[in-house]
Amino acid sequence: MSFGPHLLLAVLEGLVTSAVLALTALGLSLVFGVMRVVNVAHGEFFMLGAVLAWAISSMVPGHPSLGFLMALLLSPLIVGSVALLAERLVLRRLDYNPEATIVATIGLLYVIQQLALTFYGPEARAVPAPFNFRLQLPWFGYSGYKLSIIAASVVLMLATWFVLTRTRIGLVMRATQYDSETAQAFGIPVDRVYAGVFALGAMLAAVAAVLIVPIQQAHYLMGLDPLLLSFIVVIIGGLGSLRGTVIAALIIGVSDGVISVFFSPTLAKIIATSAVAMVLVFRPQGLFGTTPR
Amino acid sequence: MKSDTGCGKAIALHLVVIAGLFGLGFVLPEYHHGVLARVMVLAVFSMGYNVLFGYAGLLSLGHAMFFAAGLYGAGLSMIHLGWSAPAGFAAGVIAGAVLALGVGVLALRTTGVAFMIVTMMFSQVFYLLTLYFSVWTRGDEGLVIPQARRGLDLGAMRLDFTDPMTRYMLALGLFAIVLLLTLGVARSGFGRVLVAIRENEERTKMLGYDTFANKLSAVVVSGTFCAAAGAAYALLFGYVGSTFASVQYSIFPLLWVLLGGAATTLGPFLGTLFMYYVVDIASGYTSAYMLIVGLLLILLILYFPKGVLGTVRERWLRWLP
Amino acid sequence: MTPLLTTHGLSRDFGGLKAVDSVDFSLMPGEIRAIIGPNGAGKTTFVSLVCGRILPSAGRIVFDGRDITDMPAHKRVRLGIAYTFQITSVFARLSAYDNVALAFQRAQSGRSVHDGVMEALDRTGLADRAKETAGAMAYGHQRLLEVAMGLALKPRLLILDEPTQGLSDGEIAGFIALVREIGRDATVLLIEHNMHVVMELAQRITVMEAGRILAEGAPQEIRDNVAVQEAYLGGTVEAAS
Repeated sequence: MSFGPHLLLAVLEGLVTSAVLALTALGLSLVFGVMRVVNVAHGEFFMLGAVLAWAISSMVPGHPSLGFLMALLLSPLIVGSVALLAERLVLRRLDYNPEATIVATIGLLYVIQQLALTFYGPEARAVPAPFNFRLQLPWFGYSGYKLSIIAASVVLMLATWFVLTRTRIGLVMRATQYDSETAQAFGIPVDRVYAGVFALGAMLAAVAAVLIVPIQQAHYLMGLDPLLLSFIVVIIGGLGSLRGTVIAALIIGVSDGVISVFFSPTLAKIIATSAVAMVLVFRPQGLFGTTPR
Repeated sequence: MKSDTGCGKAIALHLVVIAGLFGLGFVLPEYHHGVLARVMVLAVFSMGYNVLFGYAGLLSLGHAMFFAAGLYGAGLSMIHLGWSAPAGFAAGVIAGAVLALGVGVLALRTTGVAFMIVTMMFSQVFYLLTLYFSVWTRGDEGLVIPQARRGLDLGAMRLDFTDPMTRYMLALGLFAIVLLLTLGVARSGFGRVLVAIRENEERTKMLGYDTFANKLSAVVVSGTFCAAAGAAYALLFGYVGSTFASVQYSIFPLLWVLLGGAATTLGPFLGTLFMYYVVDIASGYTSAYMLIVGLLLILLILYFPKGVLGTVRERWLRWLP
Repeated sequence: MTPLLTTHGLSRDFGGLKAVDSVDFSLMPGEIRAIIGPNGAGKTTFVSLVCGRILPSAGRIVFDGRDITDMPAHKRVRLGIAYTFQITSVFARLSAYDNVALAFQRAQSGRSVHDGVMEALDRTGLADRAKETAGAMAYGHQRLLEVAMGLALKPRLLILDEPTQGLSDGEIAGFIALVREIGRDATVLLIEHNMHVVMELAQRITVMEAGRILAEGAPQEIRDNVAVQEAYLGGTVEAAS
């Protein structure tokens, strides 16, 4: 294969990574944006989504697409409930103190990870893709399912954007994000908004995970990479900015694919992590964010 | 903070603890003897963490890199450069101090949550570097410092670090030094300034303090203590591996300090000792010891944020340092 | 005699609002000066610029012949500019002793910290409360502790931002005596709403309004100034706010 098609393939793979990453990072970004807390257990919600997808799809007999659809529906709901429970039982009692929340969500990370290991086991398992259509390009064939991931992600991002900017729920969320005390004074149930946002953030991660399991196996340690990458995306994109999150996910996803061709994956991670740390040190509002009020 | 009358009592208490540990060195059964030696070295790690987290109020999620800097500084210089044990120890401590200075200058430009994430990322970079240079570090698998190198020839006598009693007493020596240094810091003007920064940085500035310089000093002191623990770990236990640079080893000192009591001098030791035995006993019954770590973190931060000694001080012993 | 403190065209805006608008100000050594003005006149912003808590948008600040415009706050404190906060901000979880020790220990020269701390506590009448936790003290005592911390810095210029706010009449009387005594070795710049305190203490008064200096003069002149009466004294004579 010559350079052109090779690059096309790398970009396509990068777009798939970006699509999943954008959804995961959006969840983290929403939670930070509205609640001002960093959820270190976000990657574990992703992992939980993937593991549940396997569990659900293996319980549903018949065509793989049926099991997959059930997983796509149920897994985010279950993960959302777990998040809701964690929010009510832990985060709210900490009064959303940023530092205490980080410590508590680190605890949550270990708990979820260990429970997954105990009940799901150390194996890596794949979920069969709902369909096996291959798109034949002049140079190579490409998985139709992977392309559908990109499409699904775009649809979900647009839906989120619509909810955030065009509906009452979005208005309430933005009001809470802008100034929670004033929002409270105007009768917005800030408490319930927080619970909803935390659950929604976890559900976005779970959806992303369900989409990815047919091409990447479910494993109890799979949450760490999405967590770090989401951090990177959210920091570069500017915290709480939807547009920034999408742009950063595209940059990180595509460049991750391309850089990995030239450098070892470890070196690529070293470069990316140092670069992001430097962004946080010298430009804390992110590359695309604006200085907060 | 503490009254002057407590000063004598506090010093006496610390000397009693050190003497008690010295005595235990001769009576403990073999297994617990070994555990305590390891716990004392790890307690130095958590005392170092406590200087920054407890006193200065800066929550780092990247202290594994300082421990690992000491560990690798000592291990690599001894294995690849053929340095002696004391030279290796010095190399480890200096590596940690220099790293802390560099990381401090950058990370202290941020505050709060950003500080936590930046320290975590720097530590992650350090961890990845230990994997990337696996030609020298052998990555996850790690290096073993040969037994013959882990000792010190003093004229006719040889101090063999692999001998359990020598190891115990060296661990105790380092522990005692760092414990007394922490007590000194806590009672010094410097310690008072760190607490003031923790309580209200803006106000501290308006008393004429360069708060950045003070915080940077705290990072360096903290990093140096942690590196000393890492270097001692390499010398006494002979194993140098990248696990010690992973995120987990940044979380552990936080857990130990939270449990024992932040900003108390003996809390870190208590927390380390307790957690070591909890994990040790739990892993006898179940492999799910991380579940205990996780639950403890959540319960501590929810119901017991001052830790054991912090609560004791608040309720009963006001003079406790 | 050269002034201890001068500002030239000192300005600071927040967004579009000019909180302090080209203020030329000068203060003689040994003076007790009061700054008065309605809420939002820019008094606190002005003294914050002087002590370096915020940086000016334009203008210069000269202290004792040195240009300190770009100097960080902590260095200005070392030069002898002490600021006591409008909102009480003692270190609530530390003892009164430790609060004052923090102020004193940095500049100690040969004297024991203990003696210096106890002297500052003594002058403010808090000596027997040295071991109390600052946050648990009565409000009036916290204000005094704030002053004790200012004293312990051995300032040449002590800036007091609404020091009598929330104090009882008896406490105010004691406070006036204290500031008079402090005024013997230090220059005092006082932001104050209580006109009784201002008239008792100030040798000169500066009136600010909308970020500018409206008038300046001896207490009697200010009392008689028509513009000041209209802007400030006339409408709302603030007796106790």
